[in-house]
Amino acid sequence: MTEDKNAPKDKVAAKDEKAPRAPKTMGHEWDGIAEYNNPLPRWWVLVFMVCIAWAVGYMVVMPSVPGVKDFFGGTAGFSSRAGVRDVLAETATQRQEWLKPMADAPLDEIVANPALRQMAMRGGEVIFKENCAACHMVGGAGTKGYPALVDDEWIWGGSLTEIQQTIRHGIRSGDPLARTAEMPAFGRDGLLTRAEIGQVADFVLAMAAGKPGPAAGQALYQANCAVCHGEKGEGMKETGAPALDNRIWLYGGSRAEVMAQISVPRHGVMPNWGGRLSDVEIKQLSVYVHSLGGGQ
Amino acid sequence: MTAIRSAEPYLEDIVKKFTVAAVAWGIVGFLAGVFIAFQLAFPVLNLDLPWTTFGRLRPVHTSAVIFAFGGNVLIGTSFYVVQRTCRASLFGGEPLARFVFWGYQLFIVMAALGYVMGITQSKEYAEPEWFVDLWLTVVWVAYLAVFVGTILKRTEPHIYVANWFYLAFIVTIALLHIGNNLALPVSVFGAKSYTAYSGVQDAMTQWWYGHNAVGFFLTAGFLAIMYYFVPKRAERPVYSYRLSIVHFWALIFLYIWAGPHHLHYTALPDWAQTLGMVFSVMLWMPSWGGMINGIMTLSGAWEKLRTDPVLRFLVTSVAFYGMSTFEGPLMSIKAVNSLSHYTDWTIGHVHSGALGWVAFISFGALYHLVPVLWKRPGLYSLRLVGTHFWIATIGIVLYITAMWISGIMQGLMWRAYDEWGFLQYSFIETVEAMHPYYVLRALGGVLFLAGAAIMVYNMIRTVRGDVRDERPFEAAPGAVAAE
Repeated sequence: MTEDKNAPKDKVAAKDEKAPRAPKTMGHEWDGIAEYNNPLPRWWVLVFMVCIAWAVGYMVVMPSVPGVKDFFGGTAGFSSRAGVRDVLAETATQRQEWLKPMADAPLDEIVANPALRQMAMRGGEVIFKENCAACHMVGGAGTKGYPALVDDEWIWGGSLTEIQQTIRHGIRSGDPLARTAEMPAFGRDGLLTRAEIGQVADFVLAMAAGKPGPAAGQALYQANCAVCHGEKGEGMKETGAPALDNRIWLYGGSRAEVMAQISVPRHGVMPNWGGRLSDVEIKQLSVYVHSLGGGQ
Repeated sequence: MTAIRSAEPYLEDIVKKFTVAAVAWGIVGFLAGVFIAFQLAFPVLNLDLPWTTFGRLRPVHTSAVIFAFGGNVLIGTSFYVVQRTCRASLFGGEPLARFVFWGYQLFIVMAALGYVMGITQSKEYAEPEWFVDLWLTVVWVAYLAVFVGTILKRTEPHIYVANWFYLAFIVTIALLHIGNNLALPVSVFGAKSYTAYSGVQDAMTQWWYGHNAVGFFLTAGFLAIMYYFVPKRAERPVYSYRLSIVHFWALIFLYIWAGPHHLHYTALPDWAQTLGMVFSVMLWMPSWGGMINGIMTLSGAWEKLRTDPVLRFLVTSVAFYGMSTFEGPLMSIKAVNSLSHYTDWTIGHVHSGALGWVAFISFGALYHLVPVLWKRPGLYSLRLVGTHFWIATIGIVLYITAMWISGIMQGLMWRAYDEWGFLQYSFIETVEAMHPYYVLRALGGVLFLAGAAIMVYNMIRTVRGDVRDERPFEAAPGAVAAE
């Protein structure tokens, strides 16, 4: 070993090969490992001291030392809780500029006022993405069991106020004003035989495709279904009966899926957002959802 | 470099057991990590079974790499190092050491089975329920007895620095384990228990534990490994005894306070958040003291890095240690934390420490140990060690850069507002944006796992006594003449 850069400079760097470590290392050895005793690097000590000084300074300025009942609050008077409260208050004040007129205006006036409409659309989009998109998908594309909001089929009505009503009270949500309807379970409760359900399904599928369906199915449809879904399958928003004269299907459009829905219908639930979102938020959401597809 | 042997022969069979266990659990842990990384990118891999969901497999991954892989490396190397640096055989002899080994493996198996079956107390890195915790306590006390007993019967006059770090690790982990796991079982025959703490006190205790698991399990313990294997492999004296004393005590004293930085901007009182932050910042230099001592030990022997890929693992690990221990204090600063917290940046930070520091120094130590323990002239192939080194390094770089980008992007997207004060992105949009980085991260993990597979192959061939016919690493011109 010739290179000995680590050997402390203040000791005599003995080049005596017979006792290479004696003057330089700590003098003991563990399993062949010796130790130099170099001084602490000066930059290291300096940075450490700066960190400690900064820490002490920070502790003087900020809340830091706990006491028995209280704590030292720091000279700057910082409090994260007060900070959040202030920011929220400030934001609320700023938003009142447009939230107040929006809260006072009926929905059609908000849509007619370009400035208010713009805020409602932007706010509605944010609220929709955080609260509605989980089921109705981003942009209201919908998925099986969760209606698309981008088309012009509205099960419970597509006017601004109807949409607002649905959002506020929900569907089968338990809210006293919730939209509620129940289609009979024609198969489970023995109202129709399996063969008859097949005939109805064939007729419904033909009607959706705009073709004449089998007469047997048509007769059964008129007797059992038309009272809610309409004679021509146009649907009825008062009872939440979806239109059947188009190819928009909530629970799938295969024969088996249509039969399943006639036999033992599924009844989707939508929460009543009235308790979770404020009135003005529901207004924004209504304007946004109304704009997505063919709002009525 | 022949040291004087102790009167009793060293117990090395037990170290062999720990070595094999460490390697085997390492593969399990890396595999689980790769799988859950792909689950995050492709959720269909949750397989719709409760046992294979991310929520249950994640603790399998974290416990397998930290406690099973890391723990076996720590206990195994500590048994090896304490005997040689004390010139004494293990206190309690083969039976007690064997109890520690099998007891610890039983703990790992009980914990992992519990996670998969959904038995957990939902504390991060402390998921095992009360009965597993009690068992680990018994095993750990036995471990402490073996270690302290061996130090007490040492024939060396002084206690080597590696042993200070091992002892700090063992004692503090015992304290943390008991403190954080205080709980009341619902019944003697049931797995469920309720923690002794509630609300923010529970959170504070958990992160006092959680951060010091990093500080004393993944740092102090592995610094002990560094203090033995780096000078041993480099055949150089440790750079500075004085620095080792100062940074040891500074590290031990400061680490224990840093936990609250995991709870910035929460219900934790402001004063506790301040303390967590300033102690983390003060911790920067004590951590770097270890790095300096590790890297500077090599001063004058740098040319060995060309010819010894095992030393390359050891030294690179120390460099990663330096990087992580700079990034950590940085992230503990509240202004930075408000961006980084809850994002993938944290995951990237943990893995630059876990893969770069903990795993690399473990690989270095294991590569050194296998030929020594099985009395082989050398490893089957040094070239394969080099291949392992590069594949694993590329894997780590891929992993941490993907997580930096994804984490910072995620943090920025969460706080993005438009000109009217509306949030710009919904949560699901941030998840969609992270997808490509999740895929990259998983690929980084695949590389890391592939490197470990090469290591297993290399070690099996070494144990069998094979030597690969390969071109040796050439020393730098002129370096040969140095002897």
